[in-house]
Amino acid sequence: MLKIAVIGGRETVMGFKALGLETYPAANAAEAGQTLRHLTRDSDDYAIIYIEENLAAQLSHEIDKFKDRPTPAVILIPGREGSIGLGQSALKAAVERAVGTNILGD
Amino acid sequence: MASTAVTPTRMVLNQLKGRLKTARRGHKLLKDKRDELMRQFMDVVKLNKQLRTRVEEGLTAAFSSLQVASAIMSPEMLEQALLYPRQSVELGLTYKNIMSVNVPQYSFQTKNNDPSEIYPYGFAQTSGELDDALDKMARVFEDMLELAQVEKTMQLLAEEIEKTRRRVNALEYVMIPELEGNIKYIAMKLEENENATKVRLLKVKEMVLQDAHNYKQ
Repeated sequence: MLKIAVIGGRETVMGFKALGLETYPAANAAEAGQTLRHLTRDSDDYAIIYIEENLAAQLSHEIDKFKDRPTPAVILIPGREGSIGLGQSALKAAVERAVGTNILGD
Repeated sequence: MASTAVTPTRMVLNQLKGRLKTARRGHKLLKDKRDELMRQFMDVVKLNKQLRTRVEEGLTAAFSSLQVASAIMSPEMLEQALLYPRQSVELGLTYKNIMSVNVPQYSFQTKNNDPSEIYPYGFAQTSGELDDALDKMARVFEDMLELAQVEKTMQLLAEEIEKTRRRVNALEYVMIPELEGNIKYIAMKLEENENATKVRLLKVKEMVLQDAHNYKQ
């Protein structure tokens, strides 16, 4: 069976723990990057990895590597402070990649 | 511009004609593939946009409830309450084929299906706000799973579209014009050779006639 991981600030991941997801608290982006690498290094056990936006902001290089692979899906979620729009910009980036220009008009 | 690297022979001409035909057919097929992928992609993008807005709103609401709960309860108590989850999620993964792109399909099963069973703590020492926060989390979780699926699909489709688009363009603007140019070059060269041969024959015939009849102008 596959697993779902959540990487984020201590308080962000707390709630997900109660839902039965595997949580990996990370204090900063470097720690989050380390966790991400560790989770994806030698197993495909994790099908989905949710990662907090403000941590992901500095890891975009590593997260982009997963875009062409079927697993895992690395999905950005907003942190406690609310959305900073990174998730939406990932959507725009995908459109730009496919179409060659941003046709969403925002 | 036609490159002069091709040898102007009839055999090469036939080969090139065959390749041009294949290239044209491939171009048409890839173009159709691109259009269909694009259509699917736009649907996925729209869905993704909706889901993301919903997830972000839901999570923000859940977090603010959690914040209230953490204000009421002591951090140690809160952590203790959530330390050992009662709920667990099992995720199944299958693949769906969209235009030869394998996109993931998640199915999940929770251990406890009763929504009131998700609270991993007794109610005596926790505040009602925590229940509220977890309830909101559980609700948004389904959307989060779907978001993961849709977003991954979108990324994979984007990659495939990019590849297909490049191929279509390479065929349309490089391969096909080059092949056409080469074919034209060979055809012209062959015609030229033919003319040259014809002229030579006429000349030879004249010489032979001259010899035979001892005829001098």
